[in-house]
Amino acid sequence: MDTAAQLRPSRTSVLGSASPLGAALPFLALLVLGIAFPLFGGGYWGVIVTRACVYWVLVSGLNLVVGFAGQIAIGWVALLTLGAYTTSVLAAGNVMPALPPYLALAIAALVGAIFGLIIGLPALRLRTFYFAITTLGFATIVTQVALAWQSVTGGGVGVAGPIFPEPFASPWGFYYFCFGLAAICTWMTANVAASRFGRALTAIRDAEVAAEASGISKPALLGAVFMFSGAVAAVAGGLFAALQSYITPDAFTLDLSILFFIAILIGGRGSILGPLLGTILLTTLPEFAAPLVAWSTFLYAVLLLVIVLAIPGGIAEILDFKNRRPLESERAIIPRPDLIERLLGAPPDAGALRLEQVVLSFGGVRAIDGLDLEIRSGQVHGLIGPNGSGKTTTLNVISGYYAPHRGAVSLNGAALPVFTRHRRAHMRIARTFQTPRIVGSASVLENVMIGGTIDGEGTFVESLLSLPRHRRDEVMLRDTAMLALAAVGLERLAAVRADRLQHSELRFTEIARALMLRPAFLLLDEPAAGLSADEIGRLGGLLLAIARAGTGVLLVEHHADLIFDTCHRVTVLNLGRMLAAGTPAEIRSHREVVNAYLGG
Amino acid sequence: MVESIVSTGVAIGCIYALIGITYNVMFSASRVFSFTAGTLGMLGGVLGSLFIARMGMPLAAGFPLVLAAGALFGIITEIVAVRPVLKSLDQHLYVLSTLALALIIQQFTAIEWGTEARPFPRLFDIPRGGFDQQFWLPMLACAAVIVGLELLYRHTLIGRAFLAISEDNYAARALGLPERRLRMTSYALAGVIGALAGFAGGEMLLAFFGNAPMLTFYGFVPVALGGMGNNRGAVVAGLLLGLFQQAANFLVGGIFASVAVFTVFILVLLARPEGLVGTALQRRV
Repeated sequence: MDTAAQLRPSRTSVLGSASPLGAALPFLALLVLGIAFPLFGGGYWGVIVTRACVYWVLVSGLNLVVGFAGQIAIGWVALLTLGAYTTSVLAAGNVMPALPPYLALAIAALVGAIFGLIIGLPALRLRTFYFAITTLGFATIVTQVALAWQSVTGGGVGVAGPIFPEPFASPWGFYYFCFGLAAICTWMTANVAASRFGRALTAIRDAEVAAEASGISKPALLGAVFMFSGAVAAVAGGLFAALQSYITPDAFTLDLSILFFIAILIGGRGSILGPLLGTILLTTLPEFAAPLVAWSTFLYAVLLLVIVLAIPGGIAEILDFKNRRPLESERAIIPRPDLIERLLGAPPDAGALRLEQVVLSFGGVRAIDGLDLEIRSGQVHGLIGPNGSGKTTTLNVISGYYAPHRGAVSLNGAALPVFTRHRRAHMRIARTFQTPRIVGSASVLENVMIGGTIDGEGTFVESLLSLPRHRRDEVMLRDTAMLALAAVGLERLAAVRADRLQHSELRFTEIARALMLRPAFLLLDEPAAGLSADEIGRLGGLLLAIARAGTGVLLVEHHADLIFDTCHRVTVLNLGRMLAAGTPAEIRSHREVVNAYLGG
Repeated sequence: MVESIVSTGVAIGCIYALIGITYNVMFSASRVFSFTAGTLGMLGGVLGSLFIARMGMPLAAGFPLVLAAGALFGIITEIVAVRPVLKSLDQHLYVLSTLALALIIQQFTAIEWGTEARPFPRLFDIPRGGFDQQFWLPMLACAAVIVGLELLYRHTLIGRAFLAISEDNYAARALGLPERRLRMTSYALAGVIGALAGFAGGEMLLAFFGNAPMLTFYGFVPVALGGMGNNRGAVVAGLLLGLFQQAANFLVGGIFASVAVFTVFILVLLARPEGLVGTALQRRV
């Protein structure tokens, strides 16, 4: 993408304060402190800090589930239990010849990955609260099984934890082992967080329909994250067992689960540093005041309530100084239609998106009643009509949210499958929404980069380990997104949190995100709603440039001026039926349309 | 043996159903599932034991006091954990705020009341035997709640207002219904029902802080299977759950019984996320 090279200077100036070094500084400080810790601390504090490292190994993975994907998994202690018992039992040789502890730990990670997937999968089907309850139930069950399966787990009597051989046998040796794993987990989750997968997770959390429209496959992505999170949680379990040196089911109370969960929320969703500080805080806090130990879970719960009600952003929001600087109050959106051709590249030979005799009813109401529509590449097709006439419903039929009862939707003559919504992006059909669907806590640039998710080539594992393909993807997505932002006139706001934008800016952000797909067809749902007259004019110019680059645009709108200035063809709907179709000039003089809709 | 399975199963099932109804009453008023449903049941048992066994109050004083405490906790739930997060319902903050409140109460109970399960007093001084009061009390409570709610919803103005709110919150507000006051009343009512469940089942479940998460889970099963907001579904599913659990308890042993309940729960939900009698998803775009 060397065409975007000339935009790079503006990028560095915008993102100057968020340079990678600045962001890594707190982590480096913690790294130095952690390595040097044995010089000042001793005995008991060594155990506490080792425990904080073990907890963080689990929390770092859970953070991707809770903080990034927004799945409320409150029973994650189940995986700690599972990992602790698997490692201990295999290393002790209760059921088969004893294995070396490292091998036992690796097998535990594998078992954890499988169970992470099993616990996580219901999240794909169930609503939030249901999923939360499910994980809670699972946590209870695992402890009960540990108690009952005496021949393997030792029941209530318990089992000895694994002992890792030299150089990790001494307390400080074991501390460095845990600290090293914790550092690796931090690095890996930070890599994911800054990758297209991390952004896709936040999109699933905050704007699920936008994630679908960008081609993000929720099952595949969440599956990978649950497996990773399960694996590191089980490793944490193995370390936990070694640290305790002897485990019984009593050690794995729900309180522990709550600690993990709350550490993430106190830290802040969508952050790595916040939950890391949260974990350190919650692990060490009760140690400063002995009387607090009994009340610790009570205090965590109070803290959770305060955080949810007062600072939903957590520690990460408090530390986010950059986004507290005021924005310019007078900012105009000046799109640069001349950049569109460079952004969209060679026009794909898409042919036409066609609806034939589509009928869709909800109960007794015919929302769409025999609609014919053809969107050709290189043209802007207007779809107008009074509220409730079926415009957005038509868009949703094309996007695959509804199955038409009769009629056909086809792309280039091939029928579009219904309900495979995220496949639409792979067919280069992009869309925007009537109310902008944006990840408020992510920057504008990150929001736009979400639109290009399917164009990355690296796998989840490559992102975890920051391998070359992952880094190439990131550079490509960042450059393309900067170009898209420049094209819609928002590049100056690239680094700003999206929820600080004005409504009209969000509309243009959505268009930039949709353009990331280099769409063959672009479906716009009332893009001019809430825009000023000037902005509507510039939007029209932008849409014409998009069509000139070869994209077919479907424009659902109420603003008659925008429709008549930009559309090549217009279809008018009324009560689900086609009232008229033709060129803007024909529609403008169509008697029924004027009577029913435009007014005369 | 079958007799014992049936009477225990139905009695426990009635408690689950009542907690399910507690969930539903709160849900109807606010579209929010609250983790405090099971906490209310736990409080019913603990407070009953506290007032009657430890403080020596007569039943006529202790029972209304327990219900009043339930109502009070319901109102506190509404004010502290529900109202502040209602405006951003799509962010699901209510899951966290109600979880936090439930944990606060649970931990407070664990510290002040103790982590041991303590006995619950026998409410009526009649000899044990056959069909004991510990079995028929939960059944009576469940029947009373069902009849009471039916009368309330069908035959009183405030009951119809509750229905209007649960059907269409915006329309009800547009009609001038005092939505906030109705919601608080609903939460108070849910508090009474939840506390009643714990009180009536006190002799079976004992006064134990750990009943809170247990009831939160097993009370939610009837809601999930019976369909959100559907009280009849909750009663049927609650009774089935109680019977299934007791039968599995007897046949394969307690721990695997809970594994069985959990597995069935997950499988049914995965097959029909909207519950056995629920309706499908709403529009998202």
